[in-house]
Amino acid sequence: MADVAIPRAKPQMSEASAWTQLKHNRNWLGFWFMVPAMAFLIFFLAYPLGLGIWLSFTDTRIGRVGHFVATENYEWLWDDSIFWLSVFNTLLYTFVASALKFAIGLYLALLLNENMPFKAMLRAMVLIPFIVPTVLSALAFWWIFDSQFSIISWSLKHLGLINQNINFLGDTTWARICVIFANIWRGVPFVAITLLAGLQTVSPSLYEAATLDGATRWQNFRYITYPLLTPIIAVVMTFSVLFTFTDFQLIWAMTRGGPVNATHLMATLSYQRAIIAGQLGEGAAISSAMIPFLLAAIMVSWFGLQRRKWQQGESND
Amino acid sequence: MSSVQIRDVRKSFGNFEVLHGVTIPIEDGQFVVLVGPSGCGKSTLLRMLAGLENITSGTISIGDRVVNNVQPKERDIAMVFQNYALYPHMTVADNMGFSLKLRNAGSDEINKRVKRAAEILALSPLLDRYPRQLSGGQRQRVAMGRAIVRDPQVFLFDEPLSNLDAKLRVAMRTEIKELHQRLKTTTVYVTHDQIEAMTMADKIVVMHDGIVEQMGTPLELYDKPENQFVAGFIGSPAMNFLKGHVRVNGVATFEGPNGVKLPLKTAPAASDGRPAVYGVRPEHFTIADDGAEAEIIVVEPTGSETQVFAKLGGEQVVAVFRERHQFNPGDKVRLKPDPSLVHLFDDATGKRMNA
Repeated sequence: MADVAIPRAKPQMSEASAWTQLKHNRNWLGFWFMVPAMAFLIFFLAYPLGLGIWLSFTDTRIGRVGHFVATENYEWLWDDSIFWLSVFNTLLYTFVASALKFAIGLYLALLLNENMPFKAMLRAMVLIPFIVPTVLSALAFWWIFDSQFSIISWSLKHLGLINQNINFLGDTTWARICVIFANIWRGVPFVAITLLAGLQTVSPSLYEAATLDGATRWQNFRYITYPLLTPIIAVVMTFSVLFTFTDFQLIWAMTRGGPVNATHLMATLSYQRAIIAGQLGEGAAISSAMIPFLLAAIMVSWFGLQRRKWQQGESND
Repeated sequence: MSSVQIRDVRKSFGNFEVLHGVTIPIEDGQFVVLVGPSGCGKSTLLRMLAGLENITSGTISIGDRVVNNVQPKERDIAMVFQNYALYPHMTVADNMGFSLKLRNAGSDEINKRVKRAAEILALSPLLDRYPRQLSGGQRQRVAMGRAIVRDPQVFLFDEPLSNLDAKLRVAMRTEIKELHQRLKTTTVYVTHDQIEAMTMADKIVVMHDGIVEQMGTPLELYDKPENQFVAGFIGSPAMNFLKGHVRVNGVATFEGPNGVKLPLKTAPAASDGRPAVYGVRPEHFTIADDGAEAEIIVVEPTGSETQVFAKLGGEQVVAVFRERHQFNPGDKVRLKPDPSLVHLFDDATGKRMNA
């Protein structure tokens, strides 16, 4: 019996060992661990992105399956002055708001990094604009900038500085200033708190050493704080630029792109064309047109984020 | 180079006084070590000297100038920090030249002085490296290089060797001492390690709980500690203390714990029956027939000497012998302290009683 059983068992064993090998293969196991995350990313990121790009090459409308029209949507946009105005608005909005957010955020971070009374409370207070839902703060600004009931107009009138209400959201220049102001108000806390976190990683003994070396406060900032903060500045400004460039809520709640499209950003124009007007293909094309700009912003930060020489490994050679 | 005078300096954080009137004269070119356990105020005193902390009261002068209200950068001092505080984004050369750059020195001048300092510290091949690319000992040397390029009146060291491994620490100790002998710059060095203090100092200042317990040359402190704290702090292994009473019956003796009799050379005046603490360094025990009986607990040979832990009158004591005895745990030996080298401290105040 033993003679018979042994040759039979052999092929079974080698089969089992192939399966066991697979079972013990770390890459195979790792693949299965990655599946949930991959599925999540594919369904919620890759698929919508791909669909959006695909739609931009079709003439899909709401209620009608579209046909492939190649680059017709883009050719249309190329000759569309409103589209170009929205590109200009978006760039203006992004550059002005991001630059001011950086300046104010850095200033606040440096201020909050000082020793002062009620430090913890002040730090918490700085975060408030960030916590308030965007739509809520947009509504508040809408009120503040209302043509009739604006508290700013009211105050200035009572101070005798103006005779008439300022038409904040009705005048093209004022409207642009107002939405940029609201965006800065919302965005500063993120920049300030992140930079503050960065500032706190700088060892105080470096400042002491620099002070003994003869550095003034400005030189402390110029030669110690700023260079050590650059990696974090790169990260925070990338995020800030991306968020600002793709901003939608604030504009839609405050101006809906008006007056005369003066505050239409690419995101709001895309929404208006795709959802309100039903031209899904054209709207998708406007959205897709944002991709090169965003990629450019990411590339800039990619190179900014590259580990600097002084951050590189500990090897002695 | 300059002398430094610290006169009745006090420091309070809020209502909490950490330095209670410290006076330390430091001569021009002296190497002074402030030593004491954690929290004794030695680092605070050094930071006050550097100008990083305010002086609550008293005065600190560098040379003839009172510097209480002088900005750190005007004090002409250089400090080496415990964590080195090297600027991570600057090369070794830039780290060392930073202070000169802030002083608007010309780049030729900076190069010349950095090069000279690098030669002194054997850093020349490392000038283009960043701090991350250096070993602990090299970073330590860069920190010193940063101090010496400035050619300051006073060097301050704040526990500069405590982040190094034991072997490197010994090597750097010698290097710092050699550097001082070469540059002869007044140096104030803070450490909690009494070996560092003993080996490097011209003058040791032992601090404890915000006061100066004793200052003097290393051997003065070792031979004649003024109180029990200094006696226990200086020396390794630490001095043995045995509580008991002085007995003067024709010959002066010390009656230790459980009636054990220990020799005294002379008894201090009018001290018969006084409660006291008998201090004897481990290296001052000998084996003698008229010694006190002790039972060996542990024997630790180190090669050059042997440390013996034993019970003497019920108390544990340490003895160190350079000769090679055959000891085994449980053996009874007769330990005799050298009467001319024993220390006697008042039991209540801890002050030294014998001459």
